[in-house]
Amino acid sequence: MPSESASERRLASSGEASPAPLLVTLAWRNLWRHTRRTLVMLFALLLGVWSMIVMAALVRGSMEQHIRKEILNLTAHVQIHSPAYRDDPAVEHRFAAPSSLADALTQTPITAASARVRVPAVVSSEYESAGVMLVGIDPQRERGLSFIDKAVKLGRDLESAGDPGLVLGRKLAERLETGLGRRVVLMSQGVDNQISDRGFRVVGVFDADPQAMETGYVFIGLEIAQQLLGMGNEVSEIAVMTDDRNHLDALVERLRATAPGLDVAPWTDVQPLLVLMEKVNNVVLLVWFAVVFAAMAFGLINTLLMAVFERTREFGLFQALGMPPRFILGQVLAESLILLVLALILGNVVAWASVAGLKGGIDLSMFAEGLQLVGISPVIFPTLATGDVLIANVVVIVLGVLASLYPAWRASRYVPVEALTRT
Amino acid sequence: MEPNTVVCHQVTKVYRQNSVSVHALTDINLEIPKRDFACLSGPSGSGKSTLLNLIGGLDKPTSGEISVDGQRVDQMAKSELAALRLHKIGFVFQAYNLIPVLTARENVEFVMQLQGLSAGDRRDKAMQILKEVDLTGLENRRPAELSGGQQQRVAVARAIVSEPSLVLADEPTANLDSKTAQALMELLVHMNTDHNVTFIFSTHDKLVMDFSRRLIKLHDGKIVEDKRRE
Ligand SMILES: Nc1ncnc2c1ncn2[C@@H]1O[C@H](COP(=O)(O)OP(=O)(O)O)[C@@H](O)[C@H]1O
Ligand SMILES: [Mg+2]
Repeated sequence: MPSESASERRLASSGEASPAPLLVTLAWRNLWRHTRRTLVMLFALLLGVWSMIVMAALVRGSMEQHIRKEILNLTAHVQIHSPAYRDDPAVEHRFAAPSSLADALTQTPITAASARVRVPAVVSSEYESAGVMLVGIDPQRERGLSFIDKAVKLGRDLESAGDPGLVLGRKLAERLETGLGRRVVLMSQGVDNQISDRGFRVVGVFDADPQAMETGYVFIGLEIAQQLLGMGNEVSEIAVMTDDRNHLDALVERLRATAPGLDVAPWTDVQPLLVLMEKVNNVVLLVWFAVVFAAMAFGLINTLLMAVFERTREFGLFQALGMPPRFILGQVLAESLILLVLALILGNVVAWASVAGLKGGIDLSMFAEGLQLVGISPVIFPTLATGDVLIANVVVIVLGVLASLYPAWRASRYVPVEALTRT
Repeated sequence: MEPNTVVCHQVTKVYRQNSVSVHALTDINLEIPKRDFACLSGPSGSGKSTLLNLIGGLDKPTSGEISVDGQRVDQMAKSELAALRLHKIGFVFQAYNLIPVLTARENVEFVMQLQGLSAGDRRDKAMQILKEVDLTGLENRRPAELSGGQQQRVAVARAIVSEPSLVLADEPTANLDSKTAQALMELLVHMNTDHNVTFIFSTHDKLVMDFSRRLIKLHDGKIVEDKRRE
């Protein structure tokens, strides 16, 4: 008796030569037994995959644009301040950059770095005055670092750190009822706690998005600002741009080590709202993925159950011929896997093509008046993020196979006689 | 005396449906020696299919013992039964024997593929057996492109190709005209003598019974006659 069961086991295991080719052949041919049904299912799956990826590209694209804009709107990738400045951006929270820092700022991955004076001030025309942020810049160094080097639409840019002119936003100019060539007075608290003021000629008027930038900021030369406030060589902030805003940890560490007394803050610390927005977007995308997938899964399960049900006899026959139930399970899973893989390949290609086709941007302004007011551009440039594409693909394949387990299990559970006698 | 391929001892099968019990088989005792060519006959509903299904392990008896090649079929687990059928038993049913998406040759190769034979061996054996059942030239047709008789011959080829201990054929000729049925029976006889395979088949057709060497008559789930006709 024991020898017999051993031989039985040997017999059973001699059938272990991979059944995969057989199962795939059966699965593939069974799919094309109902060409139209399979094509419809394939199309539905494809549509789901496509919508996941394109939706992700739209959300990422709009987020990316928003972040880029915010970074150019004087945020930069990393800001260096005196420790108390970010809570109270006043002139007393200034600092002198140690010379070691100047060296560190020329090294990779830093692509641009610029010192700024950035303090509250009042700007007055003959008619009106307004509270603003006074920003003293070295225009050469702001290139590629902030929006201002491309924003002047009327008049000229500031030309150097010693440029005696002033540049303000179009909206502010309207409010102050001033304009190009006119004079305005800037007033702010100097380092000696005395109010300093100085007259400037408006040499340029800039446009900005959001409009708050136009009303909130005026630009003058860095050296002029330092003179006006009595700061000597000291500054309010150093803004740093790098080649990759997503990998700043090492750089921030290094800069902190180089300038131990200073506050070195990546953009994610400076603008936590942006990070929150990105997180909200991730959740929105995941919910979207879940909804689309749920619809796909229902269709898939339904189709497979139908296919399994109408082939009951065949599954009985398989069992009569000695096919182990797990192979029957495998065959149905193979059918589902083929559908899913085809849908993924096609879905990715079509999604990629449509994103490429929309490279010029989608103008949503006719649907979304008012988006601009909150600083979101109505023109979206879809952006494919590897992570999103990966997640969409993994979700579809892994959860798709999981969803198919039920019909596959049903197929493998048929009792042979009952399956065979069903007509 | 040949050892027995099949032994049934006090086999009873009761189907329960709702509150009704159907006694499909009652106290069947039967020994089928190796190389036998036995016919189960009897009217519709007499229990022929039930007995064949129990012997093939497709269903379990309500009570009694069944052995095939000395192994207790009634006590086997599902996976053991699958292995037993794969390696020791060939089936031929009345209809729908073939896997529709596979060609004639692939249907014949199916069992060998599950057994793990190499592609070359499978092909050679399949071509050889298809020649024996006179289907040369039709190897690449799908079942839908074959006549009923041709389909049954493919099923016989598949049942026989890996030389099992036992072939169970449940009314293999029921859907065939009498000429085709006779040809199929001649084929079975040939397989029985040339391949030394034990056959049990069922029929209620007198013409088909005449091919058997042993006639077992069933009536209402009992064996009412069992005679050799050498
Ligand atoms: N799955 C089943 N459930 C209930 N009764 C069944 C089932 N299969 C067969 N029977 C009954 O068992 C008896 C024997 O059937 P069967 O073995 O199919 O006879 P045969 O093959 O000789 O025509 C019949 O009365 C039939 O109605
Ligand atoms: Mg029957």
